[in-house]
Amino acid sequence: MSKILIKNGRIIDPANSIDTMGSLCIADGKVLQVINPATDFTPDQVIDAAGQIVCPGFIDLSVRLREPGHSQKGSIKSETRAALSAGVTSLCLPPDTKPCIDSPAVVEYIKDKAEAANYSQIYSIGALTQRLDGNELSSMFALKQAGCIAVSNARAPLGNLLILRRAMEYASSHDLLLLYRANEAALSGKGCAHEGAIATRYGLPGIPVAAESIALAQALELAQLTGCRIHISQISCKQSVIKIQQAKKYGLNVTADVAIHQLHLTENDVTPFDSHYHVIPPFRSEEDCYYLCDGLANGTIDAICSDHQPHDLDAKLGAFPETEPGIAALETLLPLTLKFAEQHKLELTQALASLTQNPAAILGLDAGSLTAGFQADICIFDPKQKWEVNPETWRSAGRNTPYWQQTLTGKVTHTLQAGRLVYSF
Amino acid sequence: MSLPLQLTKSGQLKHFLSIDGLDQALLTEILDTAESFAGMSEHQVKKVPLLRGKTIVNLFFENSTRTRTTFELAATRLSADVLNINIATSATSKGESLLDTIRNLEAMHVDMFVVRHAISGAAHFIAQHTAPHISVINAGDGQHAHPTQAMLDMFTIRQHKKQFAGLKVAIVGDILHSRVARSQIRALNALGVAEVRVIAPKTLLPAYVESMGVIPLHDMHEGLRDVDVIIMLRLQKERMNSAFLPSEGEFFRCYGLTEAKLKLAKPDAIVMHPGPINRGVEIASSVADGPQSVILQQVSNGIAVRMAIMTMTMGSHGASV
Repeated sequence: MSKILIKNGRIIDPANSIDTMGSLCIADGKVLQVINPATDFTPDQVIDAAGQIVCPGFIDLSVRLREPGHSQKGSIKSETRAALSAGVTSLCLPPDTKPCIDSPAVVEYIKDKAEAANYSQIYSIGALTQRLDGNELSSMFALKQAGCIAVSNARAPLGNLLILRRAMEYASSHDLLLLYRANEAALSGKGCAHEGAIATRYGLPGIPVAAESIALAQALELAQLTGCRIHISQISCKQSVIKIQQAKKYGLNVTADVAIHQLHLTENDVTPFDSHYHVIPPFRSEEDCYYLCDGLANGTIDAICSDHQPHDLDAKLGAFPETEPGIAALETLLPLTLKFAEQHKLELTQALASLTQNPAAILGLDAGSLTAGFQADICIFDPKQKWEVNPETWRSAGRNTPYWQQTLTGKVTHTLQAGRLVYSF
Repeated sequence: MSLPLQLTKSGQLKHFLSIDGLDQALLTEILDTAESFAGMSEHQVKKVPLLRGKTIVNLFFENSTRTRTTFELAATRLSADVLNINIATSATSKGESLLDTIRNLEAMHVDMFVVRHAISGAAHFIAQHTAPHISVINAGDGQHAHPTQAMLDMFTIRQHKKQFAGLKVAIVGDILHSRVARSQIRALNALGVAEVRVIAPKTLLPAYVESMGVIPLHDMHEGLRDVDVIIMLRLQKERMNSAFLPSEGEFFRCYGLTEAKLKLAKPDAIVMHPGPINRGVEIASSVADGPQSVILQQVSNGIAVRMAIMTMTMGSHGASV
C-alpha cells in the first residue's frame, strides 16, 4: 500500500488535543506519525494542505442510503459518494430499509453493495424488533455476529413500555448499544410541524415537545432499570436537553446527538408550506434551538449527525402535511458545523470532536482520531471556501434541502478512507 | 410571514389563498367590490358579462354543498363557464396525483381553479404549480384557511355594524380544527376590531392561539359579556365521545348558544354561523332562527363576496350594474 504525506496543513485531532501546523504520514492504510514526519519517510503521494484543516474523517450517526428498498430516492452508490465528498468516512445506516435490517442476510447485502461502491465503513444498525413492528424482539445476537454494532427501532413505535424494557434487557445482555429515537406516537399523531404559533397559524397538525421529552424520560428510567447502554438520537427540544443533562449528572451512561439543521433553523424559518422544511422531529422554537446549541457547547449533547434523508422529487411535491419528512443533509454537515462553531464562539476542536471523537466513543470504535496506528480516515477541508448548493456541486440523489442555491462556507477538498484517497475536489 | 404568492407586484390579488398577508385596504376593497354586486340578486337579469368566455373549475376534494353552490352561482352571474369536478369519484381516488389532475385541467385551457381540499396548504401548492395565467381561489384547505367564508362574514358584520373599529367579537366552539376561525381571526384583526375572543375548552383551542391576536377564554359567561358579534362554529360529530369532548349534552350546556347566554352580549349583538348548523349542539333553534341571527344573510352575501373575489383575481375591478 502507498505512503501518503499530507503537509502544510493545520492538524486538528480532538481526541489527542492536537491543533497545530504540521504534517501527517500515512502508511499501509494507517496513521504513522503526526506533526513531525520521520526524515526517512518517502511518500508515494504528497498532498499539500496549505490553508486547510486536516482532521479525522467524520463519523455520522444517522444516514439513510435508501437502499435496499427505496432506490428512487438514492442508492448506496450515490449516497456514499455524497458522504465521501462531505468528509464522512464512517456512517450508521438506520434499520428502516426495505426489507428492514432484521436479518443477517440484509446486513450481508448492504456489505456487498458497500464494497461494490468502494465505501468501506457502513455500520448497519440492527432492527430492535422483527420487521420493526415494535412487538417481537429481533435476533439481535445473529445481527451482532453479522456486524451490527447497535440496534434501533428507527422511527417505528414500540408496542408498549414492557417491550422497550425487554428489548433493553436483551440488547444489553449481548452488549449492544441501543440507539433510541424518543417519540410518544400517541402524542405526535399525524403531526408535521412543531406545535406552536406557526403550526397554529398555518393550520398544520402539531407535534408537541412533550411527545419527545416524555418518551425520553421513560427511556432514561428504563435504561437505569436495565443497565442498557442507550444513545438518544436526534433530540429537538429544551426539555430533552435538560433531561439528558440531569441523567448524566446522576451517572447514567447515556449519550445524545442532534441533527445539524436543528442548530440553525427554527419554526420561524419555515417558509409556509415549503416541503423542504418538513422534517421530523420538526424545527422547534427559538428557545429550543438555543438549548440545543447550548447543550452541544456544554457537552450535554455529544455528537452532531446529518440525519441525511434523501428524497425523490415526488416525495416533496404536494401539500406540506402530505409530503415525506426529511432533509438531504450530508453535504451541508461540515459548513453548517463550522457556522455553528463561529456563531457560538466554539473552539474548532470542540466542534470537530462532535463529528469525530465523540461519535466514535458512542459507537465504541477505534476511530475518529489521528492516533498513530489508527486506520487513516482523514478529512481535509478548506474552512474559508465558499460554494453554492446547486446541481454542479451536489452529489446526493436527493436535492431536498432548505439550503438549495444558498452559498455556504467550508468545503471538503480531500477524503481518505483507510489510507486511500477516495475523494478530492 | 405573508404569502406573497397571492399578490401581483403591484399589490393586486392574483390568487386568493389566505387572509394572512392582506392589509386593511385590500380587504376593504374586496368588501366594497362585493357591495357593488350585492344588489344584483334582486334584479330581473342577474348576470354581468365580466367573466364571459372564462372557464372556472370548481375542484372539490371534499364534499360541500353550500360553498360549491355559491361559488357556482357567483361564477354563473359573472357569465363564466363553470365546471364542477367532484374528486371523490374522480381520478385522484384512482391514484392520480394532485399535480397530474391540475396539469390535465390546465391543458383544457381553464382560467381559474376554486379548490377545496382536506389538507392544509393544498391550495397554496396548486397556486405554486399552475400556469401563470390561472388564478386559484381557496375554498377551504384542511385546518388552514377558508378566506372567502371569512370575507363574507366580514361583509355581513359591516352590513350590520357599519365599521369594525371598536367591535368586540367572540368566536365560539371548535377553534382547533377550524379553518374558518383562522381566517376570521386574521380578517377581524386586519380590519381593526377592538377585541377577538375565542371561547372553547382547551381541547378545542390550538396551542399558542393567543399569538394570533385573540383572547382565549373557557367560559361563555365571561366570553360573551358585551360583545357585538357572536360567531358560532360547527362542531363535527366525530369530536364527540372522544378525547376532545365527553358528550353533546355537556358541550351544549357549556358552550351552546342559548337565549339566556345571548343576553350577556350587547342587546344589538348579531349571531353568525358558517353553517351547516347543528341545532341543539352548538346553537339553540330559538337563537338560530331568532331576530339576532344573520345566518341566512351570510349565505346570500356569499355570492356577492365570491363574485368580488373572482373578478378581482381575474383583474377586473368593480361592477357596473
